[in-house]
Amino acid sequence: MSVAKRIIPCLDVDKGRVVKGVNFLNIRDAGDPVEIAKRYDKEGADEITMLDITASHETRDTTYKTVESIASQVFMPLTVGGGVRTIEDIKKLLRSGADKVSINTSAVENPDFVKEAADKFGSQCIVVAVDAKSSNIDEESWEVVTYGGRNRTGIDVLEWTQQITEYGAGEILLTSMDRDGTKAGFDNSLVSKVSSGISIPVIASGGVGNLDHLIDGIKIGGAEAVLAASIFHFSEFSIKEAKEAMRASGINIRF
Amino acid sequence: MTQVVVIDYGMGNLHSVSKALETVADSEKIIISSDLGVIKASDKIVFPGVGAIKDCMAAFSEDLKETVLEEIGKKPTLAICVGMQMLLESSEENEGVNGLNILDGKVTKIKSLDKIKVPHMGWNKVKFLKDHFLFKNIPDSSFFYFVHSYCCLSSEDALTETEHGENFISSLAKDNIFAVQFHPEKSQTVGLDLYKNFLDWSI
Repeated sequence: MSVAKRIIPCLDVDKGRVVKGVNFLNIRDAGDPVEIAKRYDKEGADEITMLDITASHETRDTTYKTVESIASQVFMPLTVGGGVRTIEDIKKLLRSGADKVSINTSAVENPDFVKEAADKFGSQCIVVAVDAKSSNIDEESWEVVTYGGRNRTGIDVLEWTQQITEYGAGEILLTSMDRDGTKAGFDNSLVSKVSSGISIPVIASGGVGNLDHLIDGIKIGGAEAVLAASIFHFSEFSIKEAKEAMRASGINIRF
Repeated sequence: MTQVVVIDYGMGNLHSVSKALETVADSEKIIISSDLGVIKASDKIVFPGVGAIKDCMAAFSEDLKETVLEEIGKKPTLAICVGMQMLLESSEENEGVNGLNILDGKVTKIKSLDKIKVPHMGWNKVKFLKDHFLFKNIPDSSFFYFVHSYCCLSSEDALTETEHGENFISSLAKDNIFAVQFHPEKSQTVGLDLYKNFLDWSI
């Protein structure tokens, strides 16, 4: 047996509170990030990802405090993303206790930033978040979008993920913006194309509405890890139930 | 009072290592430091390492290197991840780097074959080859958290093995030195148990 497939609950944090919107709009309050992280830790989550969705200068200190507070109480890998633009931002997040940092828009605007970050801190802590939307060309092609999906870049997702792998990214957090918040399941065709094209792990994200979707992300999409937010926050399912369902389907899961 | 020093040579996130140790400490004092006097005055040593091995070795000043070599020769020492790799003979990372040659074995790149992803990132089973005090109360084949692109494939000092495409050595031990490729501070309960055992370890 090789490395276990991971299940990663994601905390979308706005001004120090966990929120979750549908297609990044219509935001609902889901509670205190530290308390929620502790609950996921107890339930057996394999990692936690926290995305600072406001990511403004005014709220940045709150983010560092939240990271510090989670990292000192929960002994599991913590990835933090949202508004990471400079080497200094990465350094501060790692010092606050993040294990990995997720870079999104600033990687698209300046791919060399990925290279510089991986050289400085090591690939193991550089996650590149790729937000993908079906392109208008055909069903089997996707383009990279930024600013929460509002901006189409025209960059082909498969080419982009290969490029950032070469630049030293350690992992890809791949979100389908067509599926995010819809509860219709991952875009497994996208996940599978990206995952088979690169050597680094891919985390599937966007669209989970039930436990079968998590299983499909691994079995059909070929993802190394699956990320979900709302199905866990509002206690529709516990992490434990998700892991039991995945194990029952024959997936290598840690218990 | 027992004093444990987490050696700070400017590489990596020492926050979680020291928090994990503090969580399981009774009366032990945990200090993050690069001060030679503090290292000499400490009873136990934690030797972490994160990122590229070349940068880790380069961040190590001659003074610090000399003191660390002297101290880890006689005190209970726990080396983690790149810290473990630095104790071996050599690594092929960064076009070849010499290690401190305290433990037997060489570090090579993990082969990215078929569906094997590199970095090896996530939870994997640690299978015992020998018994060791630091695995007290930890069941054989427990899952620990790994994140690395290079590994040691064989060593006379091997203690456990883990499979990712092929078997590699996930921990080593020799005399007063215990070295792990995985991150106990990221491995929830079993990781905290290992730190507790390290604090309880006497030679």
